[in-house]
Amino acid sequence: MSDEMMEDEGVVKKLGYVNRKAPYGTVYALESLEVVLIGAAFDQDVSVIFMDDGVYQLKKGQDTKASEMKNFSPTYRALEGYDVEKLYVEKESMDTRGLSADDLIVPVEIKSSEEIMQIMEDQDIILSF
Amino acid sequence: MSAIEVGGKSIEVDEEGYLTNRDDWNEEIAAVMAKEDDCDLDSNHWEVINFLREYYEEYQIAPAVRVLTKAIGKKLGADKGNSKYLYELFPYGPAKQACKYAGLPKPTGCV
Amino acid sequence: MLHTVNKSPFQANALLSCLRVAKKGSAILLIEDGVYGALDGTKATPTVQEAMKNHKVYALAPDLEARGVQDKVLKGVETVDYGGFVDLVAEYDTVQAWL
Repeated sequence: MSDEMMEDEGVVKKLGYVNRKAPYGTVYALESLEVVLIGAAFDQDVSVIFMDDGVYQLKKGQDTKASEMKNFSPTYRALEGYDVEKLYVEKESMDTRGLSADDLIVPVEIKSSEEIMQIMEDQDIILSF
Repeated sequence: MSAIEVGGKSIEVDEEGYLTNRDDWNEEIAAVMAKEDDCDLDSNHWEVINFLREYYEEYQIAPAVRVLTKAIGKKLGADKGNSKYLYELFPYGPAKQACKYAGLPKPTGCV
Repeated sequence: MLHTVNKSPFQANALLSCLRVAKKGSAILLIEDGVYGALDGTKATPTVQEAMKNHKVYALAPDLEARGVQDKVLKGVETVDYGGFVDLVAEYDTVQAWL
């Protein structure tokens, strides 16, 4: 990535990723994670939202040995090192899927649907997965 | 697919010289790869290579160079956590070159 | 008949469609994202519990483990490995895959 792209007039945009898909069944979750990691080089103000089945991406204790897939859940813990620190999870999605904060692999902020709506409204750009 | 010869064994690598199977890795392979780049691995190189292997083990990715630099600084001190030091060790790019010797894939986002 | 469901019950209606037309006594095997339908404490749990009165419900263990939800499986759902999957396909003469 070129420095010019990164510095593009020094304007910091609010960039929101919305993750709504479970891991493994489709490639959306992994693709999203890779885009977040690559995009982190651009020094934008990044927020990552997990809602609907996307909350399952953060489930602790994933073990892909028997199914012979790559377990990418530990990579969510690397996001902090990439300065991606705003992780939001919609409470309603967790409640309807039998998950609580203790089930998640990284510290997140748990938000109501209303608060998620506001976070989405606050973004300059939204990338949907 | 290409391959490199290490200790009489043929080890599979991709077209850029990265290991195809991460489990094949050993220190001898790293040394042979470095030799091909005219690089003799000393303890400073190993420090970074081992750090990368630990990072991968924990997070399942190879870190971007910016992240690597910051993390090295945290672990080994500011005199090592800067790009000048890391580029002197690995002139082809610390993330790219060191990841190759460490048997890891190219860092995500590296072209 | 064996019915397989590979979609999350929260994201698609595959499980509901399956339950609507599955004959009493037929078996249901949840695989891939379908295994989220095998969990306790979710919005889908009552539906699946009701279905278990008429159907034997299985879930594929490697897919539960990959998703880290093997500890949340609903009581009465039987987990099977790949070998068990094959046995089920052999045991029931026809398979309907709810894709």
